[in-house]
Amino acid sequence: MTAPCSPATTIIGLEVHVQLLTETKIFCGCLNRFNPEEPNVQTCPVCLGLPGALPVMNRRALELAIRAGLALSGTIAGTTKWDRKQYYYPDLPKAYQISQFDLPFCDGGWMDVDDADDGDETQASRIRLIRVHLEEDAGKNLHDETQRGRDSRIDLNRAGTPLLEIVSEPDLRSAAQSRRYLEEMRLLMVYLGVSDCNMQEGSLRCDANINLELVNDDGVAIRTPIVEIKNLNSFRGVEAALEYEIGRQRQEFAECGGVYADSEKQTRGWDADRGVTFAQRGKEDAADYRYFPDPDLVPVQIAAEWIEELRTGLCELPAARRQRLVDDLKLSRYDASVIIDQGRDLADYFEAVAQRCGDPKWAANWVTQDVLRELNDRGQAIGDFAIDADGLAAILARIASGDLTTRSAREVFTALLDDDPEGEQVTVEARIDEIISDRGLATIADSGALEPLIDAVIERNPQAAADFRGGKQAAIGKLIGEVMREAKGADPQSVRAALIERLSS
Amino acid sequence: MATALESSATLLDQLTDGQTTSLRLTQDCLDRIAAHDTAIGAFLHVDSEPALAAAAAIDRRREAGEPLGLLAGLPVAVKDVLATRGQPTTCASRMLQGWVPPYDAHVVERLRRADAVLIGKTNMDEFAMGSTTENSAFGPTRTPWRLDCAAGGSSGGSAAAVAAGMAPLAVGSDTGGSIRQPASFCGVVGLKPTYGRVSRYGLVAFASSLDQVGPFSGDVRGAALLLEVLADHDPRDATCADEPVPAYRDQLERPLDALRVGICRDHFTEGLDKDVDEAVEAAIDVYRRLGAEIHDIQLPHARFAVACYYLVAPSEASSNLARYDGVHYGARSDDYDGLVDMYCRSRGEAFGAEVKRRIMLGTYALSAGYYDAFYLKAQKVRRLIQQDYQQAFTSVDVIASPVAPTPAIPLGSLVSDPLQMYLADTYTISANLAGLPGLSLPAGFSDDGRPIGLQLLAPPFQESRLLQAAAMHERETQWHLRRPPLAEDSS
Repeated sequence: MTAPCSPATTIIGLEVHVQLLTETKIFCGCLNRFNPEEPNVQTCPVCLGLPGALPVMNRRALELAIRAGLALSGTIAGTTKWDRKQYYYPDLPKAYQISQFDLPFCDGGWMDVDDADDGDETQASRIRLIRVHLEEDAGKNLHDETQRGRDSRIDLNRAGTPLLEIVSEPDLRSAAQSRRYLEEMRLLMVYLGVSDCNMQEGSLRCDANINLELVNDDGVAIRTPIVEIKNLNSFRGVEAALEYEIGRQRQEFAECGGVYADSEKQTRGWDADRGVTFAQRGKEDAADYRYFPDPDLVPVQIAAEWIEELRTGLCELPAARRQRLVDDLKLSRYDASVIIDQGRDLADYFEAVAQRCGDPKWAANWVTQDVLRELNDRGQAIGDFAIDADGLAAILARIASGDLTTRSAREVFTALLDDDPEGEQVTVEARIDEIISDRGLATIADSGALEPLIDAVIERNPQAAADFRGGKQAAIGKLIGEVMREAKGADPQSVRAALIERLSS
Repeated sequence: MATALESSATLLDQLTDGQTTSLRLTQDCLDRIAAHDTAIGAFLHVDSEPALAAAAAIDRRREAGEPLGLLAGLPVAVKDVLATRGQPTTCASRMLQGWVPPYDAHVVERLRRADAVLIGKTNMDEFAMGSTTENSAFGPTRTPWRLDCAAGGSSGGSAAAVAAGMAPLAVGSDTGGSIRQPASFCGVVGLKPTYGRVSRYGLVAFASSLDQVGPFSGDVRGAALLLEVLADHDPRDATCADEPVPAYRDQLERPLDALRVGICRDHFTEGLDKDVDEAVEAAIDVYRRLGAEIHDIQLPHARFAVACYYLVAPSEASSNLARYDGVHYGARSDDYDGLVDMYCRSRGEAFGAEVKRRIMLGTYALSAGYYDAFYLKAQKVRRLIQQDYQQAFTSVDVIASPVAPTPAIPLGSLVSDPLQMYLADTYTISANLAGLPGLSLPAGFSDDGRPIGLQLLAPPFQESRLLQAAAMHERETQWHLRRPPLAEDSS
């Protein structure tokens, strides 16, 4: 059997779940906080599903959801309602999940995803959304991992956490693009402040639907059965699971020649350790959720004025901001992305530095290289960084004015980072002056100041001077190095020029 | 000596002027329960010691001159479908046997704050599903008037407790007639308020869009008093209305001028017991004599009410009762193989036949492919029934009808015929589908001495009108003063 011939189209749609950052749960007053250490303490009759308890909608959850829907360019419904999605599982104490079925609060929408992450020629793909809806999260089952058949445990701290479900059209065309979509989604949600999207804590989760369109030996295009991969909880996992599944579906196609015994949608899990997807359930037990409107909750009217108020209150979104850095501040697409993708705080930091030092490109260089490197090394967030935007802007301003060389500026930068935060409090300008004078970093621009140093170095290194005079150009390197070590603020180009002039006289 | 056979107003007077105490009254109720409840089966749990302690504490506060709540030491029995902190709440089901809620239902909080003495939890059809209290997992409740007959249901225990003087007041719940029909079978006043008038928080759900909590009393004034305590806006129930609660008792003595009473002739056709027919006609004559106008009204969709109800209610029930899966609380089978088997066995063993029947009906009606034809269609019919009443209430103030086609029926007579049992709900369930307030008041007796009720319905939130109209009838008749022979024996 020959392998299926290209071209093949990969068809992927993602269902992204985002936990919302509300103080309290979606239908009761319990604290909404990740707290695996103390199971079942953030619970009450409502989220425990005790007989007689009733849900009441948390308006703040709806507000955050609408903000997310607006940022995704969705259409916010004037009326929305709650439905019960019914299934039995021990982490679902009512045996139904309050969700939204046929009237989600948000219809449509889209998100643009850059096709590749290098160069300025980047094109973006528009990934359309089917809908965004709000629901309650389930609790967590904790199974005995030792396989010794101990009882499973249930933690309902998470039960009732407000959860946004964002369902894309099957517009994604590769595993890598799917990952970028998810990364961009996370960036947007964090930007909006609606979620912390912490994947380790499960506040961002993803299910993927994937199939392929392949051409069989007779030249007929055939679509492989759709597979839903459940509970992908890392960016790498999403990409790896989809890559694996593309390969698996191709191989299956090759083996069956595009003739499937069972063409129903299949659910598969992702085994991150083994790097494979595995069959979970087929159509035999395809769930009938028996959705119906929750009679305990009333339909929700969303006033047009409220929607407009929330729309007006939206911050500048990452995609727009990225574009503005390119268009207005003339950054490369790459630099703009590096800065924006780090989140709102770093972008704010960068813009403050750029504005105060007057040179966005310099600011971008320093932020994307020096600042990010230090943050990574120190495992810090920009909010905890020892050099605030004023500090970095002051350093950059001195480079621009010629008061510091780039090299010296890096030394000032490092010195500032090493300052004891509990130490004497002076203005950053004053502290920079101090460092410059302590370490003799002031730029030595006039050759007059260099002359005695140059003379001394030549005198100490007669051999190198002779070699240079004899035509050995490389010999001057040693001399430049020595002068630079003595004159910390000197600009290497000036030193080289002055040395050549002196040796040639 | 004052006993719980006296009206609540009389008892409050006697408590106030020192002729009796809450402790004596509570003890009297406990004595009657001890003497008669083996025969009647009104209570599932009698909270004797805490009730006596609460009564004594209220007496001390009264002696000290402290202000007391509206119920000021009156014993109140509570249907076992309402969550009571520290007292078992079983819904008369093996599924919840031994379950003690960690919280009080909103109405239970209201009762405590009004200084009621919570004397115990009353029997009912399992999860409020039934019309005779024979579906209780713990035995039926008999009407104190005829121990071979059912007290009605599903709030049979609460109705019988009031009729037998085991408590002057009781709380029930009504999803399709579960307050009004047992009130009729037991010869007491029972009121189902407007949907949303009383908080459902802590009322164990049967059918969420139909369930409503309401009062039982020996007379209209007692029902008005207890409704004043129960009715309230509760932000914990999203379906609870933010409507002011009138002082229902203040209006009671004032007759309604030019009252227009609506009669639907379809209600007086085949299947209606002759004694019931005559009693209801006699009650209508009372209104006529008082100067009311009697109007024929049309309720064209009423004939679909039973079918509509038995789709909506089981559908919601199938969902509401899904949580009883043996995982978190309640009964779990001792013997199972894996999770799904645990679900199946726990539910199979702990639910009674009627509950299972309704869960299956509802599950079927909500299934993919059937939803539109059953649940959705039923909701459309429900709207038509509501519109019928809106139309009718443009020309009348209240609608009078029988409560049930018969007086209390012999135990066991319909247990094996669920369809006939369902059809007997025909007069009461429309009020639940339309969300209207409805009241049952004593209107006579059958030839063999079984009580018969008259049902009055009013537009939403017109409980005051309903109570005023009922009081007009009560003043002209003596039915509410009769006591069942069994209760009289002990006093």
